[in-house]
Amino acid sequence: MVETPERDQIGAQALAWLEQNWDPEFTVREWWARLAESGWGFPTWPREWFGRGLPAESAAAVREAFTKVGALGPPASLGQLLGGPTLLTHASDEQRARFLPALARGEEFWCQFFSEPSSGSDLASLRTRAVRRDDGWVVNGQKVWTSGAQFADRGMLAARTDPDVPKHRGITYFIIDLDQPGVEVRPLHQMSGAHGFNEVFFTDAWVADDRIVGELGGGWAVATTTLMFERFMTSLPSASPGRHSAHLDLRAGDVADGKVKLEREGSPYASASKVILDVASRLGKTADPVTRGRLAALLLLERTNAYSGMRQADAVRAGRRPGAEGSARKITRSNLARTARDVGMDTLGAYGMLAGEDTPGGGAVQDIALSSPGASIAGGTDEIQRNIIGERVLGLPKEPRIDRDVPFRDLTVGTAETEKPDKP
Amino acid sequence: MELVFTEEQEELRRTLRDFCADKAPSSEVRRLMEATEGYDPAVWSQMADQLGLQSLAIPEQYGGAGFGFVELAIVLEEMGAALLPSPYFASAVLAATALLTCSDEAAKKDLLPGIAAGTTIGTLAFTEENGRWDADGIGLAARRGDGGWVLDGTKMFVLDGHVADLVLVVARTAAGLSLFAVEGGAAGLTRTPLPTLDQTRKLARLDFAGVPARLVGADGEGGAILAGTLDRAAVALAAEQLGGAQRVLDMSVEYAKVRYQFGRPIGSFQAIKHKCADMLVEVESARSAVYYAAWAVAEDSSELPVVASLAKAYCSDAYFHAAAENIQIHGGIGFTWEHDAHLYFKRAKSSQLFLGDSSYHREQLAQRVGI
Repeated sequence: MVETPERDQIGAQALAWLEQNWDPEFTVREWWARLAESGWGFPTWPREWFGRGLPAESAAAVREAFTKVGALGPPASLGQLLGGPTLLTHASDEQRARFLPALARGEEFWCQFFSEPSSGSDLASLRTRAVRRDDGWVVNGQKVWTSGAQFADRGMLAARTDPDVPKHRGITYFIIDLDQPGVEVRPLHQMSGAHGFNEVFFTDAWVADDRIVGELGGGWAVATTTLMFERFMTSLPSASPGRHSAHLDLRAGDVADGKVKLEREGSPYASASKVILDVASRLGKTADPVTRGRLAALLLLERTNAYSGMRQADAVRAGRRPGAEGSARKITRSNLARTARDVGMDTLGAYGMLAGEDTPGGGAVQDIALSSPGASIAGGTDEIQRNIIGERVLGLPKEPRIDRDVPFRDLTVGTAETEKPDKP
Repeated sequence: MELVFTEEQEELRRTLRDFCADKAPSSEVRRLMEATEGYDPAVWSQMADQLGLQSLAIPEQYGGAGFGFVELAIVLEEMGAALLPSPYFASAVLAATALLTCSDEAAKKDLLPGIAAGTTIGTLAFTEENGRWDADGIGLAARRGDGGWVLDGTKMFVLDGHVADLVLVVARTAAGLSLFAVEGGAAGLTRTPLPTLDQTRKLARLDFAGVPARLVGADGEGGAILAGTLDRAAVALAAEQLGGAQRVLDMSVEYAKVRYQFGRPIGSFQAIKHKCADMLVEVESARSAVYYAAWAVAEDSSELPVVASLAKAYCSDAYFHAAAENIQIHGGIGFTWEHDAHLYFKRAKSSQLFLGDSSYHREQLAQRVGI
């Protein structure tokens, strides 16, 4: 419905470059170095910093070119996805020159130290303290739900530097090195048994003064922009950046072809209906009218979600401002996860009481069920999403707040029943 | 496929929105829903003469404007939002689609130009007293008389059947189902308006006693025509439902901002805010389903049977849920006769059932994907 010659042109340029330069015989390290120089790995970054200065809506055309050529995608830890854009928005040129090259070439893996045991939805109530000493800061506290910390070289840290001002104003944004004695990463296992997150303990960890991004006490603004950056180049086959995941010296072609099994983020629900339908057929339940209706309802949700994704992508490609459909999708994914859980487990019936590979579906339905709560919690709970939709999309008035003008020191934070409000 | 609209399509939407606001304010909707005819002939003529709405999706060789189904969906969305009382769905969707789906070039040339010009109001009569939406429920018999085909039997739930100039009837012959054209005022045809839950949408009972009829398409082609028509009509109805759902969400949000209780707007309470957010989530999903399905019709995609049932099932439930929540958010005033919320509640319930409810369409969906 919309003519987009510019998009086609950008796609053609990307394609031409990739066809000339992609060689599966490169190591991952070699390929990413070449990609960084070209700017096609991070097309929305500026030309002087490993990008091509393209608008967000052209990223999809570049991504399609990668898929067409079968080339390995750019490195994509949170450092590349969120850290790079944050540095480009808020950091000094010295900081950019220091950190962006290694990120662009995939030599470093970064994680994000935002959430804490006491600060989930209310991130600004975080308690990890950074106290000034000499020409740097001493960090003490605990972060949680930290994806990828076991592979990370550095982390984007939001820490409290001033507890005497209201909570949003006393936070500072640092880039902290993980390779030091004061940082301890412990795996955190979800209810499914999988290891997706970590908890990270800081005990007199050190971060230098020149690692502050933005203003001292201005970290909330930096952190919120980090959370808003879109993840343009994800969903391409890629390796894990940084030395800890040991992918840099693999043959790039093998990783691009999926011959190397990588730990990947991703929704397990995309094809839930397929798994569950297969189980229903094997258990001979597809003739039952109630089961049929519920399988259809699941399929319906799954497809409607896919159509919403297509509509969102089309809008972005056509250069339209993303509409309400984007805000809604987080919640529709939760709804889909819960529907898949219920339809799937009911279809398993008695076998749903068992676990493991010997059950119909090989345990996939149980995995779906046990990971379903994550969909409505991780990355912002459904309840917070509904507030965002209500306030930012529909323009409904905010709830009266009692924590905005109170010094952080005087606020009650975290879980009052089990721990004393232990303020820094 | 692009699931976003062109500037021309957005312009069409704005034109329709202005037209509906002008011609179908609540006072007009309420005046017309009390009348038996259920529409304003002057507005119907303006729709044809000024905006060319009846001709929109009819090809130029049959007197139409030659736009596609995407444009038709935009029109229906806006009409659904305003509850514009008119036989548009019966004529421009059901009758026109049935004719366009058939193989009878002569019938298309004879009958479509009148529909396109708005001078003929058409409708499709296929449901009967058993209330079934599938072809197997059809029993009305057509037989060859001395001068041609003759129909005997009863059709029920015929949309605008009491005002239609042209009734396309799906009837059973020795060859199976066939489509027939009957004049609204034909001898032997008794038309009885039925009292409707949704007074803005009129239904009639048609009793046929030896009514002369013209075979449209081949004898035995009716099943295929009906199937193709009902898939397209399901998408059209889903578009109308989407428009209504968006409108009741807007009503809820507007009210939640201005209604104060306990010293603050009720929309600041999460109990209300989250209801509105959930409505938005469903409305946006409905929108994705409708636009995808409209594209499938426009492109004559093989996916159509699946996405038609998908869109109808989803939008039926999303609209009714939103219409019911709208009343809840309005509280006491929301279930009074004077407030418009009940008009949408009734339209939503009636549309949910029309052309098959969501359980029916989920079963269709299951069959069509091979479950």
